[in-house]
This record gives sequence, structure tokens and C-alpha cells, in this order.
Amino acid sequence: MRTFLIRRLLAAIPLIIVVTFITKALLVASPGNYLDTIRLTPSISRDYIAQMERTYHLDSNNVFERYWYWFWPAVQGDFGYSFTKSASVWSLISERVLNTLLLTGSALVFSWVFAIPLGMIAAVYRNRWLDKLIGFISFFGLSIPSIFFSLLMILFAAKTGWFPAGGIHNQVMWDVMTPWEKFIDTLWHLVLPMIVLGTIGLAQYVRQMRSEMIETLSQDFIRTARAKGLSRWRVLTRHALGNAINPLVTIFGFSLATLLAGALLTEYVFGWPGLGTLIFDALSSKDEPIVMASVVMLVLMLVVGNLVADLLLAVIDPRIRLE
Amino acid sequence: MIDPSKLSDRSDSTHDETRLPRSRGRTPSQILWLKLRRNRTAMLGLYTLAVMYVAAMFAGFIAPYRFDNTRHDLPFHAPMLTRIHVFDDQGRLTKPFVYGIIPIDPQLATYKDDESARYPVHFFTRGDNYRVLWLISSNIHLFGVDEPGHLFLFGSDQVGQDIFSRILYGAQVSLSIGIVGIVISTIIGMIVGGIAGYFGGATDFALMRTVEVLLALPSLYFILILRQLFGAGTSSVQIYFIIVIILAFIGWATEARVIRGMVMSLKEHEYVIAARAMGFSNSRIIVRHILPNTFSFVIVTATLSVPFFILSEVALSFLGVGIQEPEASWGNMLVAAQNNRFLNDFPWVLIPGIFIFLAVMAWNFLGDGLRDAADPRTLS
Repeated sequence: MRTFLIRRLLAAIPLIIVVTFITKALLVASPGNYLDTIRLTPSISRDYIAQMERTYHLDSNNVFERYWYWFWPAVQGDFGYSFTKSASVWSLISERVLNTLLLTGSALVFSWVFAIPLGMIAAVYRNRWLDKLIGFISFFGLSIPSIFFSLLMILFAAKTGWFPAGGIHNQVMWDVMTPWEKFIDTLWHLVLPMIVLGTIGLAQYVRQMRSEMIETLSQDFIRTARAKGLSRWRVLTRHALGNAINPLVTIFGFSLATLLAGALLTEYVFGWPGLGTLIFDALSSKDEPIVMASVVMLVLMLVVGNLVADLLLAVIDPRIRLE
Repeated sequence: MIDPSKLSDRSDSTHDETRLPRSRGRTPSQILWLKLRRNRTAMLGLYTLAVMYVAAMFAGFIAPYRFDNTRHDLPFHAPMLTRIHVFDDQGRLTKPFVYGIIPIDPQLATYKDDESARYPVHFFTRGDNYRVLWLISSNIHLFGVDEPGHLFLFGSDQVGQDIFSRILYGAQVSLSIGIVGIVISTIIGMIVGGIAGYFGGATDFALMRTVEVLLALPSLYFILILRQLFGAGTSSVQIYFIIVIILAFIGWATEARVIRGMVMSLKEHEYVIAARAMGFSNSRIIVRHILPNTFSFVIVTATLSVPFFILSEVALSFLGVGIQEPEASWGNMLVAAQNNRFLNDFPWVLIPGIFIFLAVMAWNFLGDGLRDAADPRTLS
């Protein structure tokens, strides 16, 4: 178990190096850099620009050199300072990572909580109207573009006033709120983006769950369990569910990348200050230290997510042993 | 002396088959089509797509205005689809007409009908110039009203452009990117998958690790980083091709993995061994003998990946790094809805979203149907 964890985390290192190197190479190869934009501002002194150029080696077009000057401090935990916002990358990024984790995490919980029962119902009532209804809902969720869905949700929030139309918390009242009120306020803002992001995964999980459940229910041990006189409910929850859920955990690992990509659009439309919008803004303003650190965070989230999926699989399925 | 390549010519062998008196001599694609035709949702998707793509092709003719026909005095006019009158004052049925528009307050975008001026809807009327498929130049439109009347079927946007016309022009970009992108990425996927599956070993290992990295990364971030590489882009055509190339570069991974798996099993078949024994080159065996047999799976994977291309273009244009104004795309038309006031007061700016949804849904219906049809376990 311990060796498994260590080995998996060590395997992430080459992945992070490859991905950050590609990112750096693309940034170096793309036309213009941050200094080109601030050169146009007359109030910024030439000395300052020259100093920036020297500190960050922006004058060099050698990818390996530029990468090394990012890589070596980064290994020691120093991700540098943001070009556009005068603050260290760590201070800017940590809050964003937490916000994205909150959004994606709750979206995952949302899709699992609904997908498992819906998939089971669809399988049990196969080819009946309930199954068809669930099938239609999951097709709807699979096809609705997250941008459009987010905008519809914001329209809904604006028309009814039941939910806040974007943002992560109440800007006006935030400073005078008690911790409990802050918690409730954040949850309140979380609901709509969570539904949007969760629906994408929901559709995929429902379809998978339905087909796995149909397959499991046709197997001999289910008939045996029923023949022993166990109730239908007990057979479903105790015998079938555990077997049908395995492949779902496996696709959970794969779907993390889709989830994070979807998070960018949802965050952008809802004005949720997460990692996605941070990367997007940093790319537009050529804020290299932020881009690089965010990419590291993104890959780490993927690796850890996949690791969690594997651990979950081992917990659910006793046949799988981690070595 | 017989040229060995003649013996393996596909057209010859199928020709022979059709001459033989076989009762079930159907090609795999015929079986696929027969199975698909029985699937009602898949056919619904197919028909929806056919209508959408034909409409996009003849956008200039169907749209009453050009995509950049701007009426700065009429921003955010409400949809007139429900305000086309067919009865006159006496309640008699007449030719459909709309009233003239009187702006009340341009700041608030409020208007009222000018009941003194009626503009009948003419068919095959003359208007803005356009081209169909870069070839036919014309100014005849399917329908329209005489100036100074104006017909905003789905309303107008913030600069007074007709949303209905722009949806049709936007379809040309958003829908064609799906097709062009999938063709390019399928070709890359077939080449890479074919090589990896056929040769195996170190080549396979290297190519498949690349595929895994591409599949593991959140594609949208990668697309955005790649987009930086090309700078702003000058013309709309240039931006269009930049987007297609980037998406195809990311999108081939799924195809490659599916094809590689199939090639690995196909290369052990006797006909491949026979072809090798006849001394054919590896590239010829891959291209002429193995890849044609992966055809049905290629079609299924390709169809299911089209939504990725459509949605990515929409996302890029929505984020402001794709198709730029005044050119229309379903993505950049939704930008207006980002403004909460516009969204709340003029919700018709969301109409392009309905079309994105419909197109993606139709492709998913078709792809699902094709997958079921290609599945040998379902009986034909």
C-alpha cells in the first residue's frame, strides 16, 4: 500500500516535467511576451523593464535556458512573482486552487449522488417509460453546452432571485459576516455552478451505471440471492450495486480531465474565481509564472484524482490488491 | 506475368462478389445503414443534421440580411417571429406583413410598432449581396421586407444585427469546423494508430504514451495554450484554420487509440499474412488492407467526436480567442449574454445556444445509433 502510493506519486514527476516543459516551450515560441505590452506604457521606466528582462531571462529564446530558470527555483518551492499582480504566485494561486477544488468536488458529489440511483432505476425498469425518461435526461445532460447551460442558470437566477447570479460570495456583506454566514453564503453561490458542472458527468455516469447494472442483474449470483429469499431491495443494494459500481470508479479517473476543462467555462461564465479563469487571464496577459504554477497544480490535481480513483477501487473490490 | 497488386485490388474482389449468386451478399456498410435506418432517434439526428447543414450551405439565400448588416438605431429589438401579422384591420386574411419600428428610447432599447406603415413579407426578394459556396453570387433572398422596414425574426443584437441571419452565417463556421476538424484528425489518427498497431514495439510505446498524455490533459487548457502560439491572427479565414488545426492536433488521440487496438488484432489475420508473403510493402498493407477494415469503427468514433470540435470552437469564440466580430459564430454571438443586464432584459441573445444544443444532440443521437449498428452483437 505504502510502496504503491510512493511509486504512483513518483510516476507523476516525469509527467509534470513533460507537461511544464511543453507549456514553457509554447510560451517561449508564442509571439510577444509580457514586457512587450508594458513597453507601450510610457510611465514604466526602461530600467525596470531591463531589470525584469534580466531577472526572468525573457530576452532569451532558448527554451532549455528559460525552462531551467523556472524549474530550478520551482523545485525549491519558489514559483516566483506574478508579472501583472505584484504578489507571489503562491499567495495568488492557493485560494484559486481551493475554489476550484470546492467547485469540482461538489460537482462530483452531485453527479454521483444522482447518477447511481438513476442508473439503478433505469436498469431495473429497463425499456419502460421511467427508463426512457432517464435516458432522455442523460442525453440532455450529455448534449447541453456548459456555456449555454450556465447562461440559462444565470438567467434563471436573475429572473427568480432565488440564487445569486454569479460570483463566489456576496461582495457587499462579506466583511461583516460571521463565519457561519460566510459558509452559508458560499454554499448559496455554489449551487448553480455545481449543478451545471455536475450535469456533464451525471449523464455519462447514468448511462454507464445502467448498462453495468443490466449486465450484473443477469448474472447467476443475483438469481441465487433472489432464490435464497432475499428481498429485491437487499439484492439490489448489497449484491448488485457493489459489482456494478467498479467500472464507474474507473471512468471517474478518466473523466477528471473533462471535469477540469468544463470547470474553466463554468468558472468563466459564473465569475467563480478558480484556477481555470486564473490560467485564462494569465495566458491573455502573458503572465508566465502564474501559467506555469497553475499548470503544475492542474496536473497534480489530475494525478491525485486518479490515485484516489485507484484507492477507491481497491476499497470497493476486494479482488484488487495494491502493490 | 500478373502484377501481384492486381490480385488484391478491392474493387475487383467486390465486383466478383456481386456477380456470385449470394443471397446475403451485403457489404458491412450496407448492413450498418440497414441497422441504422431502423433506429428512430438516430434517423431523427441524421435528418436534423441534414437540415442544419443544408441551411448553413445556403445561409446567404435563406438569411434576409448579411451577417454584418448593422442597424445602429435598432439594438436589441425583440424577436418579430410572433409579430408577423396575417390579418388586416377588418380581420381578413392578407399577405403576411410586419409593422414599421419606431425607436422610443435607444438607451433602454424600447420600441413600438408603427401601425401606419406595413411592410409585407416578400418571397424571393432582392437584398444584400452574398455568395453560395464561394461560387454563385446573388442578391435574391428567400424572404425579406422592403426598406426602410426591417425583419428581425429572432430579434437583434447589441449593434442591431439580425440574430436569425447571424445564426445561419454562424452555422457555416460552427458546423463546418466539426466536419473539417474530424476529417483531419481521423486521417492523423488512422496513420498513427495504423503505424503503432502494425509495428508494435518501441514505436507503439512512444506513440501510445503521447496519446495517453493528450487524453489525460484537460483539452481546453491545452487548446488555449496552443492558441497563444499563433498570436491574434489577421483575417477570419486565418483564424478559422488556426482553430481547425489546433483542434485536429488535439483530437486525433481517441481515434488513434481505437484504430491501434483494431489493427493489432487485424494484423494477425490470414489475409494480412498472405499479403506480406506476396511481398507487399508495409505501408501498402496498412493503407489498402488493414485500415479499410476498421472503417465502421472509424465512422462511429468520428461521429461521436464531432461535438468536441463544435463545442471547442464555441468555447474559443466565446472566450474571445476564436472567430472575431463582425464575423458570426455561435460562440461569439453568446458573448452578449455574458452581460447580466443584456441577459436579463433581452433573453433572445441566448437563441444561438439552442442551436448549439440541437446540433450537439443530433450528432450524439447519430453517433449512438451508429455505435449500436456497428456492434456485431446486435442482430441485423
